[in-house]
Amino acid sequence: MSIAAIVVVALATILIGAFGIRMSRTTSDFYVASRTVSPLWNASAIGGEYLSAASFLGIAGLLITYGADMLWLPVGWTGGYLVLLVLVSAPLRRSGAYTLPDFAEARLESMAVRRVSSVLVVLIGWFYLMPQIQSAGLVFRTITGAPEWAGGLVVAAVVAANVLSGGMRSITFVQAFQYWLKLTALAVPLVFMLLAWRSDGFPGLPPGDPWALPLHGREHPLYETYSLILATFLGTMGLPHVLVRFYTNPDGRAARRTTLVVLTLLGAFYLMPAIYGYLGRVYGLPATDTVVLSLPGRLIGGMGGDLLTALITAGAFAAFLSTSSGLTVSVAGVIAQDILRGGVRSFRVATILAVVVPFALAGTARSLPVATVVGLAFAVAASSFCPLLVLGIWWRRLTTVGAMSGLLLGGGLACAAVLATITGGPDTGWMGALLSQPAAWTVPVSFTVMVVVSLLTQSRVPPGVARTMVRLHTPETLNLDRGDWRPRSL
Amino acid sequence: MTGKPRRVVVTSPRTAAARRPRHPLTREIDEQTRLGEVYMRSLVRTQFRLALFVCTLLACLVGGLPLLFLLVPDLRSAQLLGLPLPWVVLAGLIYPAFIAGAWLYVWQAERNERDFADLVERQ
Repeated sequence: MSIAAIVVVALATILIGAFGIRMSRTTSDFYVASRTVSPLWNASAIGGEYLSAASFLGIAGLLITYGADMLWLPVGWTGGYLVLLVLVSAPLRRSGAYTLPDFAEARLESMAVRRVSSVLVVLIGWFYLMPQIQSAGLVFRTITGAPEWAGGLVVAAVVAANVLSGGMRSITFVQAFQYWLKLTALAVPLVFMLLAWRSDGFPGLPPGDPWALPLHGREHPLYETYSLILATFLGTMGLPHVLVRFYTNPDGRAARRTTLVVLTLLGAFYLMPAIYGYLGRVYGLPATDTVVLSLPGRLIGGMGGDLLTALITAGAFAAFLSTSSGLTVSVAGVIAQDILRGGVRSFRVATILAVVVPFALAGTARSLPVATVVGLAFAVAASSFCPLLVLGIWWRRLTTVGAMSGLLLGGGLACAAVLATITGGPDTGWMGALLSQPAAWTVPVSFTVMVVVSLLTQSRVPPGVARTMVRLHTPETLNLDRGDWRPRSL
Repeated sequence: MTGKPRRVVVTSPRTAAARRPRHPLTREIDEQTRLGEVYMRSLVRTQFRLALFVCTLLACLVGGLPLLFLLVPDLRSAQLLGLPLPWVVLAGLIYPAFIAGAWLYVWQAERNERDFADLVERQ
């Protein structure tokens, strides 16, 4: 039955994608249409794209492994939008940038910074895609017994077909639907399981079970907790597939309101993985990413359990497909435009590259919990794009050289730590903690380098910074000269 | 004492000289005059202060919780409504707190922008 669920989700994705070609022939059609989208639809679309396998399956798995400290993951993935709201949402929309490299180019008036940003977008995208593909393989194996690469191949192939056909991503409605599907796919089984838990007489944890206590279960819990908080709260604003959706708001005010709704939708969703984790521990399930899938069978069993497992499987594949499609489009767009020559043929080549590289990585890298690796992608974003955005929006004295050094050093160090961790670096001791949770040191390094180098190179402040500030901060209702920069993506 | 000072009739007040020709403030901003820059900087500063205020509150809440759990170990195992306290806070109460903070921020940020627009368009 769960196999049927996978087939239905994959087919629906392909069909909607094919149908979408007719609905949105050109990108400009998409923008014109999207300008009439209300904050609720827009926010659902952001949620649909954002909630990946890490949220859907990974949090509960990590909770069972490490205990209460992992509650910070969903808190950070939601709270990141609060930081994004207050520091970047409206100015970012007003900048008119469509991608992060666009923003770098618009603010710093430098093609060099744009290129470095492009490389970072591609790396973050790949680090994010790889665990999605690994996780799809794991779920597919659990359900069908097929080898792990098979499930990853299914997801990679459906995503590539979809992005190449130009559908899926371009329709806000489809991504919005994905959010509500994922919410339902976790909420409905949860209701039944809570009823089953009640009829079992509310079994709880043994009193004093250290698993339920914070600052427990890892070698350096305090450092790792703070590093995780920093990575998730600051990394959200630097994710390539999130930023694109902000462009579909009509103006900066709508961007703020959309973010507020996103925060509400994510808050509602993230109440559930914690309960899955808690029930998993109470009923003594093994600590893997598939715990969410095996809970209904354990608590309810029989035909009902099978049906609920199928529903969760459908939600999981929706999570794989929607996040991967969004990331693939963002990565492919950047590769096509900034690394290849641009145009439709480049985009096709770039799409293949965007999918094949993480697929190959998924096969060679060691298998870490999905939420851990996604957390690493957040750390890279927090150490590169967070300082670029925050300083770029609020600090006039940021210079081209300063931004460049911060991106290279902060982003570079974080990427090196990620590579060391996924290829099998040290897992224990301080070295292991520093490499597996790099944000606590790479974020300060990046901010410091950007500020210090900028202060040393004040002659390289972009000449148009005053005009850019008008563009970023004034409400659109005022009739002001905002410069004539337009993103080249359009 | 030579009596009252003569009364003088003012026939032509030099109003034109006293008042320099006024541009709308939007033009001051467009031409990046000193005055326009002052207005722009005040807008950016107001919005930045608001953002910094929310971020500081958030940092105290989020940064303070692990520290609180470290310094007061009893809190880690405290119970609230029969559930472990850290779970009640981190898996429940913190989300409405985020939403409330975001709502207040949006309200205040939009008010700042309205004030700025009123100021600039008044002339």
